Amino acid sequence: MTASDDRSGAGRGGLNRPHQATAPLLEVDGLSAAYGAVQALTDVSLQVMPGEIVTLIGANGAGKSTLLMTLCGEPKPRAGRVVLAGEDITGAPTHAIMRRGVAQSPEGRRVFPRMTVRENLLMGAEALTRGDPTPQLERVFVLFPRLKERLAQRGGTLSGGEQQMLAIGRALMSRPRLLLLDEPSLGLAPLVVKQIFEAIRALNAETGLTVLLVEQNAFQALRLAHRGYVLVNGRITMAGTGQELLARPEIRAAYLGGH
Amino acid sequence: MAYALQQLINGISLGMIYGLIAVGYTMVYGIIGMINFAHGDVFMVGAFVALISLLLLQAGGVLDGPAAILVMLLVSMAITALYGWTAERVAYRPLRGSFRLAPLITAIGLSIVLQNFVQVSQGARPKPTETLLPGGWEVMRDGAFVVQFSYSQMLIIGITLAVLAVFTVLVTRTPLGRAMRACEQDRKMAALLGIDTDRTISLTFVIGAALAAVAGTMYLLRYGVIDFYIGFLAGVKAFTAAVLGGIGSLPGAVLGGLLIGLIETFWSAYFSVQYKDVAAFSVLVLTLIFLPTGLLGRQEVEKV
Repeated sequence: MTASDDRSGAGRGGLNRPHQATAPLLEVDGLSAAYGAVQALTDVSLQVMPGEIVTLIGANGAGKSTLLMTLCGEPKPRAGRVVLAGEDITGAPTHAIMRRGVAQSPEGRRVFPRMTVRENLLMGAEALTRGDPTPQLERVFVLFPRLKERLAQRGGTLSGGEQQMLAIGRALMSRPRLLLLDEPSLGLAPLVVKQIFEAIRALNAETGLTVLLVEQNAFQALRLAHRGYVLVNGRITMAGTGQELLARPEIRAAYLGGH
Repeated sequence: MAYALQQLINGISLGMIYGLIAVGYTMVYGIIGMINFAHGDVFMVGAFVALISLLLLQAGGVLDGPAAILVMLLVSMAITALYGWTAERVAYRPLRGSFRLAPLITAIGLSIVLQNFVQVSQGARPKPTETLLPGGWEVMRDGAFVVQFSYSQMLIIGITLAVLAVFTVLVTRTPLGRAMRACEQDRKMAALLGIDTDRTISLTFVIGAALAAVAGTMYLLRYGVIDFYIGFLAGVKAFTAAVLGGIGSLPGAVLGGLLIGLIETFWSAYFSVQYKDVAAFSVLVLTLIFLPTGLLGRQEVEKV
């Protein structure tokens, strides 16, 4: 049984078959980036196909968050290319990239603390150049009913799990083609993590949303993802389907605590 | 009693002017964490633009009172806003990402540039103008003392309230206002949501300058004399007002402005006119020592 069979209800085919025919939604080629003098990413290449969940696992400080931020235009890459749906977005300003259908739920959630939940969500719809955000708001409430109960509450007063839901919900408000998720499980109770991963799975299955997921929680992430990459010291050292990576002894030893 | 009432009226109308300037300080501080020390001089430029447009109108001889005031106000707001935009573009934006002190020093430099520019181009002598709005409403009479609520004071209070109402709606209800608040709370995240943060910061300067222009026009109408140096003192007092109200807080800036206006007026009325500036600046010192977050400043605990 492959990972994708679990999701056959989505009406999609096998893992690689449909994807090979189409062009990648995101193509990263030879990307290098640095924070000041510190080299953070070296020659990173990866692809994300439309409708895929791809995960990026690695230790703390491996460059996972830097990679997501570099994809969003800040820091600017030192070398390499980022291509989104055939369009070269290397070096474009952050706001322009986000308006081309990329959304990020960033490290540390970064909920606006002095805005209400509603305002936070509406901020997410900022990149929607036109149209009424209400239907999307309703979709987010279906996914995270909790947010609806908290609508008038300020972002800074929510619990960690609620803030994470808000960060993801806010990212979804722009109806992105590509959702970048940075450590959605960090610091959350297992039950909440399960809920959030379930939401990601449902989104992907029901709407075909493409997700690039950064996680330290490698076991859960690899089970959820179609494919994964392993990042070590800013370089990609391994790639494969979620199942393949889960089966690799070195992955089990390094990231899965040996189980 | 009548005397105190008169001081109250004077203090409130003066405080409104400080409040309008203070909003510009607090907005810029909120969004980029910088005290724009050139803001007082932007107010001065606003007063000069209003005066020039008034003289042009009078030279044309077409307009009478209220219409002339409206034209002055709009022209001053537009041109001063352009100054604000240019200042941000030329003096502050290139320094974004530089060390914190850099834009502050530039602001002081810009303040000197604006003062000298106006001094050279308009002359150093004070510019008197005839009273556009003479007279007023006699509130009460106590013996020989007449409490008067002058038309210019009514205008100041009325226009300030109207401008602040529009401004409040802008900040709390519109996408631009949301974008401004988002940039203030987390600029990087705002960019990640597709907000052009540079543009939002530019517009913040533009709005701040337009409000300062309203204050400059009101100052001209009320006091009738301006010179290239009025921005310094008014600017420092408005800064005091912003700190007193809690820097970064918009209602705080208005409240602080009103309080500084009242303190200054009452001090002049009951103690000594010579020491009115000392009184206002003592408030700054006391606030910084005993209430550094100001009256309406942020004290809430935020979860991270």
